Amino acid sequence: MADQRPQGKTNAAGGRSPKAGGRKAKAAKLVETTGLRPDELIGLLQRMMLIREFEEECARLYRAGRIRGVTHTYQGQEAVAVGVCSTLNVSDFITSTHRGHAHVIAKGGDVNLMMAELLGKATGYCKGRGGSMHIADMSQGILGANGIVGGGMGIAVGAALSSKMLGRDTVAVCFFGDGAMNQGILHEVSNIAACWNLPVVFLCENNFYGMSASVEDTLACKEMNLAGRAAAYDIPAATCDGMDVIDVHLATRAAVERARGGGGPSYVVCTTYRFLGHHVGDPLTYRDKSAVDPWRLRDPIPNFAGRLVADNLATREQVDRWEAEAKDAIARALAFAEESPDPDPSNLTEDVFA
Amino acid sequence: MNAVSNDGSGGASPPATGGTVTMTYVQALNEALREEMERDPTVFVMGEDIAVWGGGGVFGVTKGLVDIFGPERIRDTPISEAGFTGVGLGAALTGMRPVVEYMYADFMMVAMDQIANQAAKIRYMFGGKARVPLVLRTQEGAGRGNGPQHSQSLEAWFTHIPGLKVAVPSTPADAKGLLKMAIRDDNPVVFLEHKLLYGKKGEVPVGEHLVPFGRANVLREGRHVTVVGVHITNDHALEAAEILAPEGIELEVVDPRTLVPYDREAVAASVRKTGRLIAVHQAPERVGVAAEIIQCAIEDAFDYLDAPPMRLCAANMPVPYAKTLEDADLPQVADIVGAARRLMSGRSVTTAGSR
Ligand SMILES: Cc1ncc(C[n+]2csc(CCOP(=O)(O)OP(=O)(O)O)c2C)c(N)n1
Ligand SMILES: [Mg+2]
Repeated sequence: MADQRPQGKTNAAGGRSPKAGGRKAKAAKLVETTGLRPDELIGLLQRMMLIREFEEECARLYRAGRIRGVTHTYQGQEAVAVGVCSTLNVSDFITSTHRGHAHVIAKGGDVNLMMAELLGKATGYCKGRGGSMHIADMSQGILGANGIVGGGMGIAVGAALSSKMLGRDTVAVCFFGDGAMNQGILHEVSNIAACWNLPVVFLCENNFYGMSASVEDTLACKEMNLAGRAAAYDIPAATCDGMDVIDVHLATRAAVERARGGGGPSYVVCTTYRFLGHHVGDPLTYRDKSAVDPWRLRDPIPNFAGRLVADNLATREQVDRWEAEAKDAIARALAFAEESPDPDPSNLTEDVFA
Repeated sequence: MNAVSNDGSGGASPPATGGTVTMTYVQALNEALREEMERDPTVFVMGEDIAVWGGGGVFGVTKGLVDIFGPERIRDTPISEAGFTGVGLGAALTGMRPVVEYMYADFMMVAMDQIANQAAKIRYMFGGKARVPLVLRTQEGAGRGNGPQHSQSLEAWFTHIPGLKVAVPSTPADAKGLLKMAIRDDNPVVFLEHKLLYGKKGEVPVGEHLVPFGRANVLREGRHVTVVGVHITNDHALEAAEILAPEGIELEVVDPRTLVPYDREAVAASVRKTGRLIAVHQAPERVGVAAEIIQCAIEDAFDYLDAPPMRLCAANMPVPYAKTLEDADLPQVADIVGAARRLMSGRSVTTAGSR
């Protein structure tokens, strides 16, 4: 677990023995191994591209001083958000984190409204009241990003409780990072979810760092790996390759189906890596500059594009076009945001109470 | 303590349906929960030891309710205040109307992230696109020898966090009417009961009885000194009024009933009449609610004040255990009597730091 080299077939640096194992789809025959339609598979790639372009634009805007506060981007981890949310319905719920843009986009959020929020515009998701870390879309079951590490965990379990009490078949997915593994509330709500058999998936993105704190230095159960903690609650857990959208999709799908079928909570841990700093502007003093190189080789976007091409589900030209379309969509989002008005201070205190 | 007009609090109280009965504060709370749970299937109660223990909660607020509504809706939780607060919040966001019970207000400190950073801010952070119909119920206060970690009065903490409403009922009728109102509110409401009030008896309207938030209640009219109390200190003020009446000193006792929204106009109107103000509570003096009550009155009725307003609060220290110490720490009836006499004699003495 402490080994931070990537595991998987395109791992040039030769990490520890691959553990993705039997669930991992072969490069060919994606349709057969996943049961997903070709358009659904292509959709996974397009969503990842949209996230990447959004985050790249975000970093540019931040460096240009046009986004206030701090902003945390997601480059490298796209397979997780997309793999997970592709298993969910609109009526299902997610709670997200400080690194939440991708979760919102993957769950069906609107990039125009997101970009407007980042620029602090009246048309933004939160009317300029929240910013990067608080984007929510109740109509899409997105119960908010969160500025507090671990802050959304209770909310996700509460959404699962509603589902059960109201007799609905919705599932809640709770995104959090390896660092958040050490927040006390995770223990509390894991126990509650297990005692009450609630339809929730605890989805940990292990990118090996919480700011500068490495899993190596800050996690006590090294022998067990992150997923091992779930055993303390009698909650089943799976670890999957977070650089592979299909592996994430399949692992999450099993957990979501289990939850929907009344089987209760699960943990899914996705092993991944953030290519860039904790937030835009992080000088990355705690990580070897070359540590990212083997992970870059496993970049989820070109790798998955390559598999679609190898499987004759797409051509190189199509892949290039989809990338250009993603860039266009983000350019339009930026234009929308730029044309939008600033919030009117005369309604400053509106929305504190219903 | 936002002014009422900013909080969009409810309209007038509909007339009660069918007279009143005498009951205790705890019975009134129990009736409010039962009526609201019968009326709305999305209302449920969640907390520690609320179903089975002693027939329904450490103080008996949920007594007998599990027999009517079952363990799904009178839901015992693990000892996980942060966890079940978050769960209540998530349920509130997704279609339920949870009433979360904390055995003691002191234990809410364990859940402050969920209360202050999450529940209070979600609606605003989300640009007004979420509703949080969540009641956080507990009891607070001193006077029973529960010691430093079971006797605090924490209303100032919650009053200070924008996005929370705060109710502090001091009568059985208000306990019922405010709790029913809180459950129907689409905002997080911190509902603070007082442990010494549970046995207090009073007339309570039968059936539908709603007390709107942000409407103070004049518990006793008088011409000379306005006393604004929180919880049991209103009872102390009423006792003081009896003692002072033969001396020709009349107290007007004003119970704000909710601190957010706060009925500053009712207090100002009283102060315009009396020209004198005492604010009383069991919470420590420093940055307590009394300071806010007094400042509002100064802003609203400065020209009418005949003497500097006074506050009678607990000392700036943890609540002690032994009776002699606890009594010395808390504002007593005699303190109110003495303060009123001083104000009337024109020799106002501030008590700040003297306790
Ligand atoms: C309660 C709290 N403590 C600390 C922080 C500061 N902080 C923000 S993100 C972060 C690291 C979180 O690490 P992890 O959960 O692994 O998520 P990642 O950043 O890797 O996506 C920290 C310490 C915070 N926002 N909230
Ligand atoms: Mg991390």
